[in-house]
Amino acid sequence: MGQNTLTGTDATFTDLIGSPLPTLVDFWAEWCGPCKMMDRPLEEIAAEQAGKLQIVKLNVDENPSTAMQYGVMSIPTMMIFQAGQEKRRLVGARSKAQLQAEIASFIS
Amino acid sequence: MAEKVLVVGSGPAGLTAAIYTARADLDPLMIEGMERGGQLMLTTEVENYPGFPEGIMGPELMDSMRKQAERFGTRIVSSDVSRVDLSSRPFQVWVGDDVYEAESLIVSTGASARWLDIPGESRLRGYGVSACATCDGFFFRDRDIAIVGGGDSAMEEAIFLTKFASKVTIVHRRDSFRASKIMAQRAIDHPKIEVLWNSTVEEVLGDDLVTGLRIKNVTTGETSVLPVEGFFLAIGHDPNTNIFQGQLDLDDTGYIVTEPDSTGTSVPGVFAAGDVVDHYYQQAITAAGMGCRAAIDVEHWLNSNEN
Repeated sequence: MGQNTLTGTDATFTDLIGSPLPTLVDFWAEWCGPCKMMDRPLEEIAAEQAGKLQIVKLNVDENPSTAMQYGVMSIPTMMIFQAGQEKRRLVGARSKAQLQAEIASFIS
Repeated sequence: MAEKVLVVGSGPAGLTAAIYTARADLDPLMIEGMERGGQLMLTTEVENYPGFPEGIMGPELMDSMRKQAERFGTRIVSSDVSRVDLSSRPFQVWVGDDVYEAESLIVSTGASARWLDIPGESRLRGYGVSACATCDGFFFRDRDIAIVGGGDSAMEEAIFLTKFASKVTIVHRRDSFRASKIMAQRAIDHPKIEVLWNSTVEEVLGDDLVTGLRIKNVTTGETSVLPVEGFFLAIGHDPNTNIFQGQLDLDDTGYIVTEPDSTGTSVPGVFAAGDVVDHYYQQAITAAGMGCRAAIDVEHWLNSNEN
């Protein structure tokens, strides 16, 4: 796992998204090729936005309850949470620049 | 200073071209694109790539090729090319606001999954609509789903999806599959697979989640609703040539036209390889072979164009 992203589980998920920081959750799995494309951009953004945004990686294979609870049916899916509430959902891989544009309005 | 060789795309064609040009001391720069590794990243087991008697997972094969290209010094930029200017030399290639100059170019941007462009399809993408069975099959355990297509990949994906789904309906517009006999028979004989022949999907139904498909029987003209919670597409691919329109000769279907017995395109110094050229063979090994040819063609071209 990356150095700058956090690893979420079914058990820790509620606490993580309840963080005072806006939280981007990346739903992924080992067998998903397009998910791997997101590793580097997410790792870089997590480093650049340290203290302003937290990025959580959630393996849907190991944590099916959270994925099911949020109705994830395609990966990669990325969701942005503020104070525990889902604010935005992004389905499918995208570039670092596109991701940065999506998260810009959540970062103060 | 201009790059000697710039490779656009990172499937088997691009990575093989990078390995060969790197070993020829041409110091290639690769713009690998968002769909890094290409279509093989969306596959599971590859059983027909020579050298792997037990088969190899598509993503693993691509990671190995990438490591091999890096081992010989290939530099890799992980973004999409936004536009190119091939009208003068050195060629110019933009990645966002960054511009790269190159004396020669190898285009290996491949092809991407085709969508039907029917109502509901893009709105419900991620909510039951998917073009990647290996990614998303997992989410359809014990549900009824449908897949549209009639080629080998449609058969392979339908069979893969039976691991999760309770029932898989293949919707196909003709009365027989284009797939190889062995694959078609495997799908037709599968107890969890049903086929709707002579049928097209007119609309994906559902407010927030897919609830069904509006199906039209093309012989009778009758429409009906097929209740499913998942809809997968496997209807082939379109070449990724948008950025080259008006700059390279393309055929009617958008594939790059190359000279006979060469990987050269209509612009001297620009070479093309893999699925962006090839609408017939479309195999990992044929793409890799063409990437090798492009690398050798580039090397000869650079040698004969040195001032």
